[in-house]
Amino acid sequence: MSTRTIQGQKNLQDIKQSSPDGIGGSPLRPDGNLKVKGEFAYSSDLWHEDMLWGMALRSPHPRANIVSVDISDALKLPGVYAVLTHQDIPGSKFYGLEIQDQPALAIDKVRYHGEAIALVAADHPETARRAVKKIKVEYEVLTPIVTEEQCLDPETHGYVHEPHEFKSHGYGNICHEQKLVSGLGVTDEVRALADVIVSGEYEVGMQDQAFLGPESGLAVPAEDGGIDLYIATQWLHVDRQQMAPVLALPEEKVRLTLAGVGGAFGGREDISMQIHASLLALHTGKPVKIVYARDESFYGHVHRHPARMHYEHGATADGKLVFADCRIVLDGGAYASASPAVVGNAASLGHGPYVIPNVKMHAIALYSNNPSCGAMRGFGAVQAAFGYESQMDKLAEKLGMDPVELRQLNAMSEGDYMPTGQQIDSPAPVAELLQRVKDMPLPPPLDLTNLDVRALPGALSNTSHGEGIVRGIGYSVGIKNVGFSEGFDDYSTARVRLEVIGGEPVAMVHTAMAEVGQGGVTVHAQIARTELGVEQVTIHPANTEVGSAGSTSASRQTYMTGGAVKLAAEAVKQEVFARGRKRYGWTQNDLQLIGGKVVSESAGALIPLVDLLGDEAIDLTREHHHRPTVPFDKETGQGFGHVQYTFCANRAVVDVDVELGLVKVVELTAAQDVGKALNPLSVVGQIQGGCTQALGLAVMEEIIVKDGKVRNASFTDYLIPTILDTPPIPVDVLELPDPNAPYGLRGVGEAPTVSATPSIVAAIRQATGIALNRIPVRPEHLTGTL
Amino acid sequence: MRVTFTANGKPVEADDVWEGESLLYVLRERVGLPGSKNACEQGECGSCTVYLDGVPVCSCLVAAGQVQDREVRTVEGLAEENGELGLVQQAFVDAGAVQCGFCTPGLLVQTDALLEREPQPSDNDIREALSGNLCRCTGYEKIMDAVRLASARTCAKGPKA
Ligand code: FES
Ligand code: FES
Repeated sequence: MSTRTIQGQKNLQDIKQSSPDGIGGSPLRPDGNLKVKGEFAYSSDLWHEDMLWGMALRSPHPRANIVSVDISDALKLPGVYAVLTHQDIPGSKFYGLEIQDQPALAIDKVRYHGEAIALVAADHPETARRAVKKIKVEYEVLTPIVTEEQCLDPETHGYVHEPHEFKSHGYGNICHEQKLVSGLGVTDEVRALADVIVSGEYEVGMQDQAFLGPESGLAVPAEDGGIDLYIATQWLHVDRQQMAPVLALPEEKVRLTLAGVGGAFGGREDISMQIHASLLALHTGKPVKIVYARDESFYGHVHRHPARMHYEHGATADGKLVFADCRIVLDGGAYASASPAVVGNAASLGHGPYVIPNVKMHAIALYSNNPSCGAMRGFGAVQAAFGYESQMDKLAEKLGMDPVELRQLNAMSEGDYMPTGQQIDSPAPVAELLQRVKDMPLPPPLDLTNLDVRALPGALSNTSHGEGIVRGIGYSVGIKNVGFSEGFDDYSTARVRLEVIGGEPVAMVHTAMAEVGQGGVTVHAQIARTELGVEQVTIHPANTEVGSAGSTSASRQTYMTGGAVKLAAEAVKQEVFARGRKRYGWTQNDLQLIGGKVVSESAGALIPLVDLLGDEAIDLTREHHHRPTVPFDKETGQGFGHVQYTFCANRAVVDVDVELGLVKVVELTAAQDVGKALNPLSVVGQIQGGCTQALGLAVMEEIIVKDGKVRNASFTDYLIPTILDTPPIPVDVLELPDPNAPYGLRGVGEAPTVSATPSIVAAIRQATGIALNRIPVRPEHLTGTL
Repeated sequence: MRVTFTANGKPVEADDVWEGESLLYVLRERVGLPGSKNACEQGECGSCTVYLDGVPVCSCLVAAGQVQDREVRTVEGLAEENGELGLVQQAFVDAGAVQCGFCTPGLLVQTDALLEREPQPSDNDIREALSGNLCRCTGYEKIMDAVRLASARTCAKGPKA
């Protein structure tokens, strides 16, 4: 305790009690009250007098030539205001996140089941639906290119995009590929160094983001000939960048405002209805609202890449990894979307958080006539984690070692090198995270004498009374990068304004960050409070009036936009001090903003902010760029490609009914290093949500695609975990600061989705002894009835 | 057709309703109550749950014509008279059970109904009662917390007069 009794010091101590609503606290969401009252305006809630409803006609075929489109009957329907095809597009007909290969409306051919061909605007959604049915399309149906073998043999099976229309980085039907070699690579000599070798083929099904709020928005034509779009998205500026050329408008005439977003998980990173609604609004001169039905949502956004993987690992007899040989084939579907970046992640993270002296890796994404795949939580790291963690268990078994010990023995830590040659320059507590989940108390064993059947696999269906149930435990750990990689100049912009409102100092934070439920708005207010020492913070609606915030993805928003808010707030603070020095001749260089006052360590409180600001607000904008990365070398995969890594470990306890083939996850424990928990309540919520999506991938979630056709585009047939399927998820949060990140924080949202799936599969294997090389694990895999 | 019913205690009417419209559509697009959400419109997700004559139903599965002269209570009707949050609403906010919040209106109605019939539900009771309401964001842990919190506060308040 301080013994100094200077008056100023005491004042300082009184006001220094840091606000519980600053960083490290868990203040409640600023939008929480509106959300529980039903007053928060999601994009599907928007309404405009005189508005029309837009709808798309979608292809029933995965691959076909369009012989003709006849819209005349649709146009005749009373209440129909417009029917548009690609011929009505004023500007560029193509768009795309990385490669502009996707037509805004199909031209001459369709490449996937559900591709949009024509648009309708009508005065009632039912009128629009009927009009869509009246559009006559004549197709020449072609055999879809859907398997890896077909894709890789275009001579025989054809091209998804003809070579002359290729806009990809790859060749044939390969959209993108990345190789990686480190150490000596994997040669016969290297193989000979290993005492044991295990290999396996693994398969991951197509998962969907399945956010609850459907794709939707309202496009309002503006007097200046531009468009105002109110939209649920992950990145306002990249939408605008893709929209403007298609609409043949300068970017400044395409103004986007974020409407309420009902979850995203990567599924809103691509354009869905943005261009369609805007085209219809510009064409009709009326506001147009589009709201996808659930089946349309399944057709209208990209999914997680399904994967086929081959892994081979060699180790010494005492468990030290010697080499890893990996091949990862991702099905990217009809259009590139984010496939190139997903491949980069799979290649560079696909060996897991382990030190492996010799690595060979080849990752590719294919073009096919399957649904397009792109960003989803975990982004290329998820598929690989199922592969390498399955291998770790196999290796442990072969060596007769404890699977956690084997992982810990090979775990990377700070100072180690990635196979990309990048040195890990911040904490990497992989072994410790594993230890933490291992040390957590286990749930009590199943008590068959005192049974609530609702707790059994199959739960409510009263399918068993406990006979045939075996319990298993499995472990896993995963690695994920944070932020955009491979040389992308990833940045975010924030504007912070400090002014007096109603006699109180109030900070306003304005960014273009998409709040998709992750809690960025809460954290931004916390940062402003901490930096500016004020209680009142308002969050300006996110729109394109301020610079880009980048995407709400890659676990990057708190790091990037949070960092930008910090920079802007610090600049405002310096401006406050500069103003005070100029006006009052302050000479202290230990100034701070605390409790609404300018304070000096040595001289105590100097002036209330209210008096200093008067009616002259301070309003400053700053950009936050993370340190530069470089692209991976095409052939060797070498390079400082990722800005930050994040790690999560899991332990799953499962009960399996081996007669019914049903699995119930009893408990799913997580331990994650978050660097610094800016808002512990939200951090834990993110980790639990991420674990649950991983659970879905492990045991239930898959878009079934047969011959290029989606068979289960509904929540009846595409199952996501309910509260009955989801167990308690105890979370242990570690805070080891990253010296390169704002406040030392580490991106949080994705790591648990990378790591949790393999732990559940490992637990099922332990319970049943079945190999399980494909996820999701289905009842038929467990009962042998496949 | 014209449909008249009571929504959150107030009489409402909607004109020119097409026979195929659902109660959900009428609430959201015709009578200015967009609080109930449209996540699947197939009875699978529970986001559109409202009380119909005191019983929680998926409003997307109720034809508009069926509510003639009946009573509907939506999430907008769960707040107190003075606009303060209702007990279940407050518990969801306090527990951090709201992320994107799209599932929240339906969960609030379903939780309200659960606590009405069983003020002290066990964890399995809660899971059973809420199993028709999907949430994609939270992992349900904080929803469990919210319901337990609401239950504790309900019990602390004593039985309703
Ligand atoms: S919208 Fe009614 S149950 Fe999903
Ligand atoms: S909070 Fe987003 S769906 Fe539940």
